[in-house]
Amino acid sequence: MFAFIVRRVIQALVVMLVISCIGFAIKHSFGDPVRELAGMSISAEERDNLRRELGLNDPFLVQWGRFLEGALQGDLGMSYFYKRPAMQIILGKAPATLELVFAASVIIVVLSVPIGIYTAVKPSVLLSRILMGASVVGVSIPVFLTAILLISIFSVHLKWLPSFGRGNDLIPLFGGAWMSGFFTWDGLSHLILPSISLSSIMLPLFIRLIRAEMKEVLESEYIKFARAKGLKQKRVLYVHAFKNTLLPVITVGGVQLGVMIAYTILTETVFQWQGMGFMFLEALQRADTSLMSAYLVFVGFVFVFVNTAVDIVYGLVNPMVRITTRK
Amino acid sequence: MKTWSRFRESYFLYSFVRDPVALGSFGVLTVLVVAAFMSPIIAPYDPYNPATIDIMDARTPPSWSTGGDGRFFLGTDAQGRDILSTMLYGTRVSIIIGFGATLLQATIGIIIGLTAGYFGRRIDSFLMRTADVQLSFSTYMVAIFLGAIFQTAFGMTRYETFAIPFLITVIGLAEWPKYARTVRASVLAEKKKEYVEAAKVIGLGPTRIMWRHILPNTLTPVLVISTLQVASCIMSEAALSFIGLGMPPTRPSLGSLIKAGFEFFLSGQWWITLFPGALLVVLIVAINLFGDWLRDFLNPRLYRG
Repeated sequence: MFAFIVRRVIQALVVMLVISCIGFAIKHSFGDPVRELAGMSISAEERDNLRRELGLNDPFLVQWGRFLEGALQGDLGMSYFYKRPAMQIILGKAPATLELVFAASVIIVVLSVPIGIYTAVKPSVLLSRILMGASVVGVSIPVFLTAILLISIFSVHLKWLPSFGRGNDLIPLFGGAWMSGFFTWDGLSHLILPSISLSSIMLPLFIRLIRAEMKEVLESEYIKFARAKGLKQKRVLYVHAFKNTLLPVITVGGVQLGVMIAYTILTETVFQWQGMGFMFLEALQRADTSLMSAYLVFVGFVFVFVNTAVDIVYGLVNPMVRITTRK
Repeated sequence: MKTWSRFRESYFLYSFVRDPVALGSFGVLTVLVVAAFMSPIIAPYDPYNPATIDIMDARTPPSWSTGGDGRFFLGTDAQGRDILSTMLYGTRVSIIIGFGATLLQATIGIIIGLTAGYFGRRIDSFLMRTADVQLSFSTYMVAIFLGAIFQTAFGMTRYETFAIPFLITVIGLAEWPKYARTVRASVLAEKKKEYVEAAKVIGLGPTRIMWRHILPNTLTPVLVISTLQVASCIMSEAALSFIGLGMPPTRPSLGSLIKAGFEFFLSGQWWITLFPGALLVVLIVAINLFGDWLRDFLNPRLYRG
């Protein structure tokens, strides 16, 4: 087990190294920090001095080493546009994205579990057929289109919910580091449409996954035995059967987190949600390569961390994984 | 003639004709593809030709609603282009990118999957770890980053000129791991069979064995994921276009049409967004349904996702 963890951690470190290299290469090749710092109106001589001082004439590897050293201390460089440390800006935007992802995950869990179980237990009932048909259509609608449709129905026609932003009623947590929209009606009402659209693409996937796993488990011997013992249907379904569908669902869930973060870029664009994805697109439009590469490294770190953690936990729970990866 | 009669009597055609979902989705798909590629002939206007566009016609509603104009059946967009024509041309762009990207990722995936599966050991673990890592980042994320890098590297104007090949490359590079994994898995199964041993004994080289002997036997799963993959590529392209990393507004795909219309959507001009959006959904649903049927037919035990 120890060897397994060490191997996974080493692999994660290698991946992080590659990501930081790509991130730094982007920053290194596009955009000129001297021009961003000093503007156009300085002489070529001063410019050269500044270059030397900042160490921009050093070889690529030396500069990358410096970038790595900074990154390990949480310093990902300055944003060209904001003139502030990129890390500070990303951390300022992260809560908005995290709240969105959290709300969407809650919707997915609350809806996919009962629907998945229901369609597995009663596959031929009309409602299950409708739900499964809807899930095919749901997979096929791009997330930004769902968002646009929701806006048109609930904001434009019914005027029930706001169509953009996070609202003005945010409550500061942790001394202002986390502006939360969870505690006021205004904040929550702004959260509803974005989180529904974000969850819309994952929901069908999870319903199908839980349904498939559940169907397989229901065929197994121990379920028949539990029924033969005379246990109540509810207990058989929720305690005996559902527990065993959870393992694959959790693994897929861990992987899908990456997909979720990618989709936040789309959702945040439609709703002008002030999160990391929206910030990334703004950085792209402003050619703020420094902030772009910082986002790449930051998101890469989150992915690698989550995936490694999921793998290790999975290895702890299921010894088969440890053996099959040892080749 | 002989192949035709074999095809006509095959079980494939038999079950295809008797499945309303397969037949329906294939029919819709054929109509859309034919209409899209006939667009220079059947479209009422040429959206690529600025001479036919009049800015005074901008944002005309569909012909049946109030203020509509008989010349523009589905209305016009913000530049005065006929929505119906632009949609037809846009569908063609989306389909070309979808097929092109699928072809590219299939090529990359097959080469890598074959190499990894056939040679095994170090090469295998290196290539497959790379695939795993890339897959864990989600294909959208990789595509978005690649698109952003391409756009910064080549500059906006050059990007717009070569948008189609760029997008094919970006999406192709982002999604190859799915193919590599599938091909590798079937190569591993095929490698143990006797015909491969026999080919080795005859003295054939690894390249010949890989391409001429093993590859043809791994093509069924490749075909199965290819159909679904085309839908996924079209969705990726639409998403990239929607965030401004895809087709430019001058040569719009369905995604960039939706994006262009979104600006006017909140002020009540719904038709610019809604018609291309509906067409995109119909196209993807049709491909997905047909792909699902094909998967169930060719390989009922492959995987159910």
